Amino acid sequence: MQALYAQLLVGLINGSFYALLSLGLAVIFGMLNIINFAHGALYMMGAFVAYFLLNLGGINYWWALLLAPVIVGIFGMILERTMLQWLTGLDHLYGLLLTFGIALIVQGVFQNYFGSSGLPYAIPDQLKGGMNLGFMFLPVYRGWVVIFSLVVCIATWFLIEKTRLGAYLRAATENPTLVRAFGINVPRMITLTYGLGVGLAALAGVLSAPINQVRPLMGADLIIVVFAVVVIGGMGSIMGSIITGFALGVIEGLTKYFYPEASNTVVFVLMVLVLLVKPTGLTGRAA
Amino acid sequence: MTALTDDTLPVTPRAVRDEMIVFAVMALLLASVPFTGVYPFFVMQALCFALLACAFNLLVGYGGLLSFGHAMFLGTAGYCSAHALKVWGLPPELGILVGIAAAFGLSIITGYISIRRQGIYFSMITLALSQLLYFIYLQAPFTHGEDGIQGIPQGHMFGVFDLSKPTVLYYVVLVGFLAGFLLIFRIINSPFGEVLKAIRENEPRAISLGYRTDQYKFLAFILSGTLAGFAGSLKVFVAQNASLTDVHWSMSGEVVLMTLVGGLGTVFGPVVGAFVIIAMQQYLAGFGQWVTVIQGSIFVICVLTFRRGVIGEIAHYFRRSL
Repeated sequence: MQALYAQLLVGLINGSFYALLSLGLAVIFGMLNIINFAHGALYMMGAFVAYFLLNLGGINYWWALLLAPVIVGIFGMILERTMLQWLTGLDHLYGLLLTFGIALIVQGVFQNYFGSSGLPYAIPDQLKGGMNLGFMFLPVYRGWVVIFSLVVCIATWFLIEKTRLGAYLRAATENPTLVRAFGINVPRMITLTYGLGVGLAALAGVLSAPINQVRPLMGADLIIVVFAVVVIGGMGSIMGSIITGFALGVIEGLTKYFYPEASNTVVFVLMVLVLLVKPTGLTGRAA
Repeated sequence: MTALTDDTLPVTPRAVRDEMIVFAVMALLLASVPFTGVYPFFVMQALCFALLACAFNLLVGYGGLLSFGHAMFLGTAGYCSAHALKVWGLPPELGILVGIAAAFGLSIITGYISIRRQGIYFSMITLALSQLLYFIYLQAPFTHGEDGIQGIPQGHMFGVFDLSKPTVLYYVVLVGFLAGFLLIFRIINSPFGEVLKAIRENEPRAISLGYRTDQYKFLAFILSGTLAGFAGSLKVFVAQNASLTDVHWSMSGEVVLMTLVGGLGTVFGPVVGAFVIIAMQQYLAGFGQWVTVIQGSIFVICVLTFRRGVIGEIAHYFRRSL
């Protein structure tokens, strides 16, 4: 039973990363109509920025949690202003190809300087140790990751679905020209949205740094699972990507306990099954 | 949403004549390779990838469907051919047939699942399906995991042509490539190809004209996947192994890059693109990870400034379809 709970916890943690990443993808897709293939590379950058802040600037984890998303978010906004912007009105597949190229460049540069092996990032002192819950032993940091990402996900959902800013954003997704006519600077909003989505990816990177080590390719393979999560969830709603993200993490964890051979493939198998029954994904709107 | 490729010219007898002339020049150039100082192994490898890129282009350039998992056909056919040759001891021609049949079956299954979604979703589903296969091949016993299937016997094609001789092998690969290329050329210039282009340009209109667009796209997917499998089977004889790199998703990315560099939706673009990218990998191998950075930069530059690709730009300049 201990092993089952341990795998459930691992599943929940992976689910937090899936949720944060697919949430960012959904936000970006909503405004820019681009599947951000660079998302994995930006997640990796988040972890590296945290590593640099600690080792070069002596800035601790708590500040990194705030600063890394801001720094990577600004980098993302520069990308949007200098490159992605020029693809407006083109087939959205060009966005996928462009961001794929950006991902290759970013990952290649980091691999050149840091090889492919992992760099350690220590768990902050306040979150060291563990708690005995009676039925299992819970490392504090892991519990923190799950709760913190859940809070961030819900806050993002609240921002987009319940605030005035979010209302503008959703309106601009529906009809940018009309929203512009009301005097709202839509291009700036698009840039900020991209920054927000990228910031969420970087935040996931910082959270994962103490657990998974900091590696140039940490995002490359993760992002494909996240794409599968997105296909299953259907990108229809913000809440959809959060719930699908966590749920698939847990299912993956359970598979690792009951049938470990399939743990790498279970998400993809689920994707196939969901698509056979419901081609639009679970919460999807028609593409 | 604008179409992936712009300013397509109609298929006129003159356009077909132009393309046949270029084809003859290309065939002559390639046939003369063994008599020049060019390293034949490099050209053979490039030819396999050129066929793969042409098959991929049939789907994206003419059907508007960007598959991001075409490596799965290359790798699956490669593994099956390699297994048939090495373990079952089949002759080369039957080994190739086994590979093609495997790719055919796989394209029916994956096409059935993926064709129901469009645009970005289609790309992501093909990507995820190919990653699913990657993990299966990583664990399946017959692929030997990280080692791959090595030391594949080349044998005698039809009992006559000794494939262990480089020149014979070269011409066999060349004939395979030209046959595949001509088949794709024929498909593109057929009524079926015209309907495919119509679907790419405006699917709702094609539907309203009474075409069952899903069936056309499905057939295009099967043709493209099977031909990509043919490329994978040929590649087994050139490389004498089948390994995980052929199924990994970065290979699918490379195929997209080749087609994009040469020109999406042009007849000869993928061939040129494949030669450019394979040459680059060959000569820049010493730069280590910078090759990835260079490839990424080419992606970015192509998408931002050079969307028609090499052949696309030339064709646009001369107002010809190539």
